[in-house]
Amino acid sequence: MNITELTVHELKEKLDKKELTITEITKAYVDRINEKEKDVQSFVTTLTDEAIEKSKKIEEKLKNNENLGKYAGIPIGIKDNMCTKGIKTTCSSRMLENFISPYDGTVVNRVINEENMIDLGKLNMDEFAMGSSTETSYFKKTKNPWDLRKVPGGSSGGSAAAVAANMVPWALGSDTGGSIRQPASLCGVVGLKPTYGLVSRYGLVAFASSLDQIGPITKDVRDAAMLLSIIAGHDEKDTTSANIPKKDYTKALKNDVNGLKIGVPKEFFGEGINEEVKESINKAIEKYKELGAIVEETSLDVAEYALATYYIIACAEASSNLGRFDGIRYGYRTKNFTDLQEIYENSRSEGFGAEVKRRIILGTYVLSSGYYDAYYKKAQQVRTLVKNEFAKNLSKYDVLLTPTSPTTAFKLGEKSNNPLEMYLADICTVSVNIAGLPGLSIPCGVDKSGMPIGMQLIGKAFDEETILNAGYTFEQAYKFREKYKPDFKGGNN
Amino acid sequence: MPREDYETVIGLEVHAELSTKTKIFCSCPTDFGGEPNTHCCPVCMAMPGALPVLNEKVVEYAVKAGLATNCTISRDSKNDRKNYFYPDLPKSYQISQYDKPLCEKGYVEIETEEGKKKIGITRIHIEEDAGKLNHDDYGRGSLVDLNRAGVPLIEIVSEPDMRSAQDADKYLKKLKSILEYIEVSDCKMQEGSLRADVNVSIRKKGQKEFGTRTEMKNMNSFKSITRAIEYEIGRQIEVVENGGKIYQETLRWDEVSGKTFPMRNKEDSQDYRYFPEPDLVPIRLSEEYIENIRKNLPELPENRKQRYLEEYHLTEKGANILTASKYLSDFFEEAIKICNNPKAVCNWLMSDVARILNEKEMEPDEIPFKPEELAELIELIEKGTISSKIAKDVLDKMFENPEKPSKIIKDNGWVQISDEGAIKAIVQKIIDANPQSVQDFKSGKEKALGFLVGQAMKETKGKANPQMLNKMFKDALK
Repeated sequence: MNITELTVHELKEKLDKKELTITEITKAYVDRINEKEKDVQSFVTTLTDEAIEKSKKIEEKLKNNENLGKYAGIPIGIKDNMCTKGIKTTCSSRMLENFISPYDGTVVNRVINEENMIDLGKLNMDEFAMGSSTETSYFKKTKNPWDLRKVPGGSSGGSAAAVAANMVPWALGSDTGGSIRQPASLCGVVGLKPTYGLVSRYGLVAFASSLDQIGPITKDVRDAAMLLSIIAGHDEKDTTSANIPKKDYTKALKNDVNGLKIGVPKEFFGEGINEEVKESINKAIEKYKELGAIVEETSLDVAEYALATYYIIACAEASSNLGRFDGIRYGYRTKNFTDLQEIYENSRSEGFGAEVKRRIILGTYVLSSGYYDAYYKKAQQVRTLVKNEFAKNLSKYDVLLTPTSPTTAFKLGEKSNNPLEMYLADICTVSVNIAGLPGLSIPCGVDKSGMPIGMQLIGKAFDEETILNAGYTFEQAYKFREKYKPDFKGGNN
Repeated sequence: MPREDYETVIGLEVHAELSTKTKIFCSCPTDFGGEPNTHCCPVCMAMPGALPVLNEKVVEYAVKAGLATNCTISRDSKNDRKNYFYPDLPKSYQISQYDKPLCEKGYVEIETEEGKKKIGITRIHIEEDAGKLNHDDYGRGSLVDLNRAGVPLIEIVSEPDMRSAQDADKYLKKLKSILEYIEVSDCKMQEGSLRADVNVSIRKKGQKEFGTRTEMKNMNSFKSITRAIEYEIGRQIEVVENGGKIYQETLRWDEVSGKTFPMRNKEDSQDYRYFPEPDLVPIRLSEEYIENIRKNLPELPENRKQRYLEEYHLTEKGANILTASKYLSDFFEEAIKICNNPKAVCNWLMSDVARILNEKEMEPDEIPFKPEELAELIELIEKGTISSKIAKDVLDKMFENPEKPSKIIKDNGWVQISDEGAIKAIVQKIIDANPQSVQDFKSGKEKALGFLVGQAMKETKGKANPQMLNKMFKDALK
């Protein structure tokens, strides 16, 4: 038995049957990290020693029948933009290179302190979650386990790569415009962006407050449903979190899509979408039909404006959210200053990378007097149109099906000097954030070079159950994990 | 052109700290003072990932203020971010309200020489206070104290309806009084819980358009506000008279030199890039919520004054002075519960107590004794235990060393002599010692009686009951 290849529900089953112990599991993951991290580079901070230590303690407590939570002792990886008390939270930025949060964010608290999962480390990302390849990280470039010459996607590239490489059984990512789903797609794993407001943002370092959501990146849909059940729920520290009862999302996994109405918006299959991706999605559509779903073509005609809208709103909010990194209270402060103005200018010039600065400048511009109406206000109006268009479609269909990413993983460096081309990597995912809806990415095939392809299932607000069941049913029929495995090709050794 | 040919136009932006127990977006205490950075948490220190949660009390207090100043309360309001960099502003944006304030279109009434005048209130919105910079005395830099960061404020913006420094002074005092009555702010100018920025412009009388206005900051008492306005009016007239131009700029009032100075360059005008705060949901108020606050609004100064006129038959002046300060007025009400002599309590408060407060430059809430003690003092006069003259000495002592009036009187041996036998003896003694005056009185010189009574008071160090003395002298000399 290869422990690290198991899903969490499989681990859980073996734990319950006493076929495995918590320390065995943790040890296996630590060994795997020691083996693969040098190739994949998905961690900013590894907590391997601490993890083994904690696993022993938890095992001891469980022997004494202490009630520690359903997934006590299961390891997890956390994207490095979620505040962890006493452990560095860097956002993969020089600005926060040595920043240690004085508090645990709500989701971290639920997972680590309440559930007693074991934190294997903080995962690499695009700097402040701005990017689609994890290449904007100040610290390192994470590699795609399916081909080490390629990017893992982003911004939660570290999380997706670590799950794909079996270095963590599951991970937390965050998604502002596709940052969970796109890397999940590029790394052949499952990624869920919950409905805006389902999961608390307290302790998630803000990129774009009205779009950010934390979600699971897992090996399969059942694991995603399990982790979502833990992290979802109202938080009085986040007034944008919805006050709805907690659910067990695994109950929605019926392995049945008979009669399910799936809409396929034609706009997501146009120019820029790779032919192999289209082909793979079409095969998935055929599979759904075989399984009894009713699939129809539909139209989301404002979707073409979603990307522009997204970059205006996200950058506007980011320009304000990132103002607190001013070199005054914490984070990077320049050594080179003679007055206050220079503290600000030099700390921020030296502490932020190019992509972050680009977005701050863009966001500052669209909010400036004289431009506000033409950009920010207009974008908010388009946002309403996008929401309405989705609502109209989702009154006809239970689920909308699209590709997650227009292409499979691209080569490291291929797009890093072309921001506009990089922004297009989010074309299929951003509209879901704009509309605040849940989106699930699951693997549905590989291209000729063996790189994974993902499809996106979009559901009604707070109806994660339907897309989880749709994804699960496809997964059970298609058996991606049995067919394909990352082989770490293209490495130096 | 002489000064009389110009008209002054004044508008005020008043910031009042709300007296909620906790801050506007977190549960840190709002207490004044405290060691630097001890009333702070990840939210008000703007740690990464921290989110604001709006304190519902802040909304309630602001709605109260709006209703008490005749504003329309918005059913649909929101918070906005005002972006700028400064070390006392940890998030580098202030959460405020931009285009949808909680309250709009109200007014307060002031009394002027020409009668009552309405001063319009454009808007009242909620926002958070910034922290404080402590500048190192040795010039090595500045230290940030975030205890005040996130303390809730309301900003009350007036219409440019005031025409003199007196108008502005009255408006501000009225506003302060209202906020105190509805118990939403301590309104302590010295502690900065009430601050006013003043917009001043001048125009020739009869001219319709407003002149260019300047904004003055840094006045920390009513007196300095009046001084600053007077100075600024003079300065603007002088500039215009000399053919100069007034520039729209922010000026800092300097209390020591009594002058205003430009605060920042006009080219430096800030673009705050306001946009809706995405971390907070919109504020939606139900009809029921607003009506409930309206119903439970405490008595306002205007109503209380009317009640004093009708119930206690106080003079207009007395009722005005008492009700201008909630503290004084509450003090009055406590006192009359005990001595049941509203006119006497009112007289003492507006004459002798007010005089001493004025001499000592104290505010009514600094009166060192309790209402019960003033009531006791008045009762002691009524009972004849002391004379009104002695009572004034007792009041002085009460300010110096707060003790019960009865104890002060006893300790100082000030009890009035009202014993008939004792007074009779004194009267006889004085008559015997002053035959000439007795003769004068008997021959019709009424004044002589006064002299005799005076002598008797002197003899008793003012403790003899004057009414009894009068009567007994008259009886003895019949």
